[in-house]
Amino acid sequence: MKSRITITVLLGLALTAGALAQNVATTRDAALDVEPNPPKISRVENDDVKRKRAYPMQPPTVPHKIDNYQVDTNANKCMSCHSRRRTQESQAPMVSVTHYMDRDGNFLADISARRYFCNQCHVVQRDVVPLLDNEFEDIDELLRAARK
Amino acid sequence: MSTTRRDFIRANAVATAAAAAGITTSAAATNIITSDTQLKWSKAACRFCGTGCSINVATRDNKVVATHGDINSEVNRGLACVKGYFLAKILYGEDRLRQPLLRKKGGQYDKEGEFTPVSWDEAFDVMEEKFKKALKEKGPRGIGMFGSGQWTVWEGYAASKLMKAGFLSNNIDPNARHCMASAVGGFMRTFGIDEPMGCYDDMEHADAFVLWGSNMAEMHPILWTRITDRRLSNPGVKVAVLSTFEHRSFELADMPMIFTPQTDMAILNYIAHYIIREGKVNKDFVGKHVNFRKGVTDIGYGLRPEHPLEAKAANSGNGGSEEIGFDEFAKFVSTYDEKYVSELSGVSPERLQALAELYADPDRKVMSLWTMGVNQHTRGVWVNNMLYNVHLLTGKISEPGNSPFSLTGQPSACGTAREVGTFSHRLPADMVVKNPEHRKIAEKYWKLPEGIVPDWNGSHAVQQNRDLKDGKINAYWVQVNNNVQAAPNLNEETLPGYRNPDNFIVVSDAYPTVTAQAADLILPTAMWVEKEGAYGNAERRTQFWHQMVDAPGEAKSDLWQLVEFSKRFTTDEVWPTEILAANPEFKGKSLYDVLYRNGQVDRYPNSDIEEGYSNHEAEDFGFYLQKGLFEEYAMFGRGKAHDLDDFDVYHQVRGKRWPVVDGKETKWRFREGSDPYVGEGKGFEFYGKPDGKAVVFALPYEPPAESPDDEYDMWLSTGRVLEHWHSGSMTRRVPELHKAVPSALVYMHPEDARKRKLRRGDEVKVVSRRGEIRSRLETRGRNKPPKGLVFVPWFDSSQLINKVTLDATDPLSKETDYKKCAVKIVKA
Repeated sequence: MKSRITITVLLGLALTAGALAQNVATTRDAALDVEPNPPKISRVENDDVKRKRAYPMQPPTVPHKIDNYQVDTNANKCMSCHSRRRTQESQAPMVSVTHYMDRDGNFLADISARRYFCNQCHVVQRDVVPLLDNEFEDIDELLRAARK
Repeated sequence: MSTTRRDFIRANAVATAAAAAGITTSAAATNIITSDTQLKWSKAACRFCGTGCSINVATRDNKVVATHGDINSEVNRGLACVKGYFLAKILYGEDRLRQPLLRKKGGQYDKEGEFTPVSWDEAFDVMEEKFKKALKEKGPRGIGMFGSGQWTVWEGYAASKLMKAGFLSNNIDPNARHCMASAVGGFMRTFGIDEPMGCYDDMEHADAFVLWGSNMAEMHPILWTRITDRRLSNPGVKVAVLSTFEHRSFELADMPMIFTPQTDMAILNYIAHYIIREGKVNKDFVGKHVNFRKGVTDIGYGLRPEHPLEAKAANSGNGGSEEIGFDEFAKFVSTYDEKYVSELSGVSPERLQALAELYADPDRKVMSLWTMGVNQHTRGVWVNNMLYNVHLLTGKISEPGNSPFSLTGQPSACGTAREVGTFSHRLPADMVVKNPEHRKIAEKYWKLPEGIVPDWNGSHAVQQNRDLKDGKINAYWVQVNNNVQAAPNLNEETLPGYRNPDNFIVVSDAYPTVTAQAADLILPTAMWVEKEGAYGNAERRTQFWHQMVDAPGEAKSDLWQLVEFSKRFTTDEVWPTEILAANPEFKGKSLYDVLYRNGQVDRYPNSDIEEGYSNHEAEDFGFYLQKGLFEEYAMFGRGKAHDLDDFDVYHQVRGKRWPVVDGKETKWRFREGSDPYVGEGKGFEFYGKPDGKAVVFALPYEPPAESPDDEYDMWLSTGRVLEHWHSGSMTRRVPELHKAVPSALVYMHPEDARKRKLRRGDEVKVVSRRGEIRSRLETRGRNKPPKGLVFVPWFDSSQLINKVTLDATDPLSKETDYKKCAVKIVKA
């Protein structure tokens, strides 16, 4: 890992700035007493391309806009494409079979009410660069490394 | 990636056709690994909120490779929210702290120096010198510690013991002060014992749910799935949501209500009045189990004493009360009628009546749920009291579905901050430092000399920052929290305090937060499943996990840091000579010896550790430290209605709800047949109070500390978002969570924007009398404020909204009101 801290520390030493000026807080864009300009409101990625999951149980992120989708006691707009009934027509992925199970693991005729609010697990992705790299290792890479 | 779904389907169709024709293409055959794919699965409590979901954690080659909701857990039954599903990634941000960093200039520690990597020895040498200097110059009040409801149970216990029984300083407080202190105050005042009487099972039994200042859909998503399940599966069930702005929980609301900030107090008094007026008081219950008292009023706003508002208050900080009768209470609330309360709150009289009827109807089981809207309130303790009032008047308490339920923010605000007693005024099992009997009990269990535990209330969270600024606390240690992003009034209190040249600030964290930025020494810290841990959730459930992977670099757990640091002090250095003279056997011992090698904490051998798991602390200290700390701590609660089970049990089960008596957990407290502490024939018994009766309090509406005026013309409410935990120090390092909600926005009503000639996406400044931030305007996002109010989330370290918030607190609980202050919004 390339330690951003070490790099910042070295830079800081070279510049001999004040205590607040040396920025080790990697997720902040400015010194604590300076107000950075906020980034523009970003666009939701809307290309409908499925993304790789970090592991099989990870809820897939939503590859399209969901602005103004009605999900309340009257309607669930997400299910108008993703329910079992609608997937042939929509060619959208059907919600996982786990979503048809109640708290006790019994299969229901339709989606479980406890899974009703989709965005508790499924979120859109905005067109921004991650603040920092994440060094999480995919299980496939670990397995491949172990075989070598 | 430019391949569209359709292109991919076409390519795949070609491959399939080729395979059918017997042609091998490059994509076929050996693309599936089938051998040696086993993962090691272990259970852990989720790292985030107070719900306390159980998570299955997969490890392989000393790495966490997957996480998902534990199907065997009663709390979440296989579910997790989006944060929980991404837990595997919180450990692996590229900027994990791997070695101590000390501010240095010319090879020496210097407050104005640059952060420089140092060894643990050098870090502790400087830290020891600074703590010893502060103790010598100012005594025990010259040092302080700020911890968290995210400490594991034994970390909080070890910290509290080190401060209160080692350094003899009660200047230790958790960030739960910002979050649950008003709830604790409410419980102690009404019931004389902390934490909810009910449990999550109430959610499958209630016929009505009333949310008071809580956005459960985002902040307690998995509990929200249980309420959603109940509501949508049972059409007669009603959901009422009360808030000062519209948010996601309104999607399930049958009765949505937006009220003017602070008027929740008036609405609750109206409900009490309605119950009495309509003859719906449960007279039998009230006669047997309830006392009435009238509270002292005009109690101030917890500001610095010289603040004009504080000087004006007749009874600043006074939590006293006097006994009254039912009739006097009825008369007291009778002025809170539909007309007055509707005008004050902005809620229509019809809505108010429908809400009150949910409580009054004897055939409807009601669960009230609340979090920060109630607790972060300059009358937070009062509002907690008032919520219990309406449940006590109707006897809707302690039985399945009838449940006033105080939700918790942090994963172990209950288990650690409250039960262990890491507050500046508390000891384990609801005991307090001011009570000489309680101190004696603590000294006995800790096998320490009588008189060792100090008898003064230490400085609470907000006071600690004032003390740092005023130079009263000079050596200060922050663990597991990000208080420079959390504490109110950053510009005027926190930052001057941390950067005061007289002070030495230590911050232990896994990541370089803004708090670390403001510190002088940063200690790299092991997190979550890199150490053995225990959390206690909002329904009194204690849950354990094992260490599953090693921490990176030289990072060490908070527990290791506390215990290792204790070796550097002797009793001769930090204890009064008269106590040592009277107890010569303690002379010349290290704090490590007297606190952790006392024959109790060190009594369990490392062979007790479950096979297949490592334990760095046990390896370093030579005994099963976590088990010893837990069993010593558990002595405080056993037989005192806070009973915990044996240590080893918790590693096997998905938690148990205390009191655990004869191995049996308790779902509903204070009711006969359900709680073993209720006497035979009593029906209900609120045994936290000497006469077994809970208290209904007569308390008035009082105005907030700061309201909008001509110049600062908007209310500001702050809060969290679903995708980020607290200040985002973990979740903003998970790419998927960051990309879901990358930065904070100012949520505003479109008409308010129009009036200011502002448009969605404009750069704006949020300005208060104390400071300002720059942000972007959002007029159609997930939060829809009414005219006159803006909402700004606090997870974004580039937009420190706590520069803007006011450090007014509830004068009783000392908890900050983060939901109300006056601001103006201007184009940047």
